[in-house]
Amino acid sequence: MSLRLEGVSYRYAGSTATVLSGVDLVVERGEVVGLVGANEAGKTTLCLVAAGLAPATIGGRLVGTVHIDDLSTAVARPFELAQRCGTLFQNPATQLSGTAPTVWEEIAFGPRNLALPLAEVVARVEEAVRLLAIGDLVRRDPARLSGGQAQLIALAGVLALRPSYLILDEPTSQLDPQGTRLVGDALAALAAHANVGVLIVEHKTDLLAGLASRVAVIEAGRLVAGGPAADTLADERLPGWGVQPPAPVRLARAAAAAGVSLG
Amino acid sequence: MAEEIASGAGLALATEVLGFVYPDGTRALDGVDLRIAAGEQVALIGQNGSGKSTLVRHFDGLLRATTGRVLVGGEPVGSRHVADLARLVGIVFQNPDRQIFAGRVRAEVVFGPHNLGMHGRELDERVAAALQAVGLTGSEAVNPYDLGYSRRKLLGMASVLAMATPAVILDEPTTGQDARGVARVREIVAALAAAGRTVVAISHDMTFVAEVFPRLVVMRAGRVILDGPPAEVFGEANWPTLATTYLEPPLAAREGARLGLGSTPTEASLIEALLRHVA
Repeated sequence: MSLRLEGVSYRYAGSTATVLSGVDLVVERGEVVGLVGANEAGKTTLCLVAAGLAPATIGGRLVGTVHIDDLSTAVARPFELAQRCGTLFQNPATQLSGTAPTVWEEIAFGPRNLALPLAEVVARVEEAVRLLAIGDLVRRDPARLSGGQAQLIALAGVLALRPSYLILDEPTSQLDPQGTRLVGDALAALAAHANVGVLIVEHKTDLLAGLASRVAVIEAGRLVAGGPAADTLADERLPGWGVQPPAPVRLARAAAAAGVSLG
Repeated sequence: MAEEIASGAGLALATEVLGFVYPDGTRALDGVDLRIAAGEQVALIGQNGSGKSTLVRHFDGLLRATTGRVLVGGEPVGSRHVADLARLVGIVFQNPDRQIFAGRVRAEVVFGPHNLGMHGRELDERVAAALQAVGLTGSEAVNPYDLGYSRRKLLGMASVLAMATPAVILDEPTTGQDARGVARVREIVAALAAAGRTVVAISHDMTFVAEVFPRLVVMRAGRVILDGPPAEVFGEANWPTLATTYLEPPLAAREGARLGLGSTPTEASLIEALLRHVA
């Protein structure tokens, strides 16, 4: 069981620019795959294509195939995709429904739309709240949250759908260090215990170093490197691709350049 | 570029036992005393919800103190009109989509300085310099929503830089930025600093704040709990205090302590200490 992109090229509707070219990427269930690259390299587009939102919902032209398990996104219907693959957008403000009076209701929005029994909705909301340690926010108004809080709530709403795959576009960008660790721990637990496959776009390579089993690098719409996280994150070409290596790698390199040792 | 976006002097900002309670009863600030000198660069750090964004919104009059006072350029903020404050303090919001409204990149950047009465060549130059500073030269005619999130964020920054306010507030300027974007933000802060402008930035990136800001203010639950240079705030003696708000010093600081080299909050200070140690 896996989420698979094979020979994928894509361009947006009304545009002649090819944003993804010849992308092959596999995310197995139970593993976390990191995707890094410079801004505008195609990370968000890859997320939209992998989730089946492009081209089905937003148009554009796709070459190649995207499969979520045995379901081809070319023929899948939105509700079928929504139950298999949860997507977290980069800007939480665009994700929150804007219709829920409380954070609790906001998290329940997705499961309710799947017409689940009430007890099941409650169980899923409570579990997402527990995983992300946001119990103190459940009564708040979703419109009056800080950027980081909104990001956690949007993620909780996706987790409550209990998808087989998660596609997360910079899920910790607005989080404080504790929130970032918490999300990392929650994703690791989901992969290990709930067999969820996770594709995560991140600039925080320190987070990926401890979380992802594999990391792929995208530049100008092509995957230019990929492999075990430790190898890719130590690749000397990373800065040239606009990616900051993890802090231990940077420090070790600076020390070596100065001819001293951190040992 | 440096002079163009950063001409003019700084502005002192201060709060005196500032308290703020949101209409829903959330107490966001609880007696904040903070003095920022004209031309100083300060980073605010702390957990989500610790009051950082609420605090800076008092400096341009977006929020008014529930208790205590806010001083801008030595004068109580309450005695100034919001339009006057807009000339003095520019805030770049965390979420660019709450800021951007124009249909073209250039129009977005023109709006602020034009409203301050600027026109003609001066306006053109100001706008061009701001776009150059954030790396958006050549994108003048693009619709902001055809830019990715990270570049929209840089656009939000350009539109505030173009106003040439003596104080600039950056709410999480590096979120969503790649390595080059972070380097750009560093250059912009350095240019503002060199010109003597006041800069207040909110950030969760401990490495970034340690390397860019000479003074760090740590907030927890609406209060200031630490205030000093990076070497002091990230010094081992303060680690227990940082831990109370789940902050961890940058790796360079932890490595320096492990190797017994004293407080080395930045990569450069760690390497320097190592070289001294060897010599």
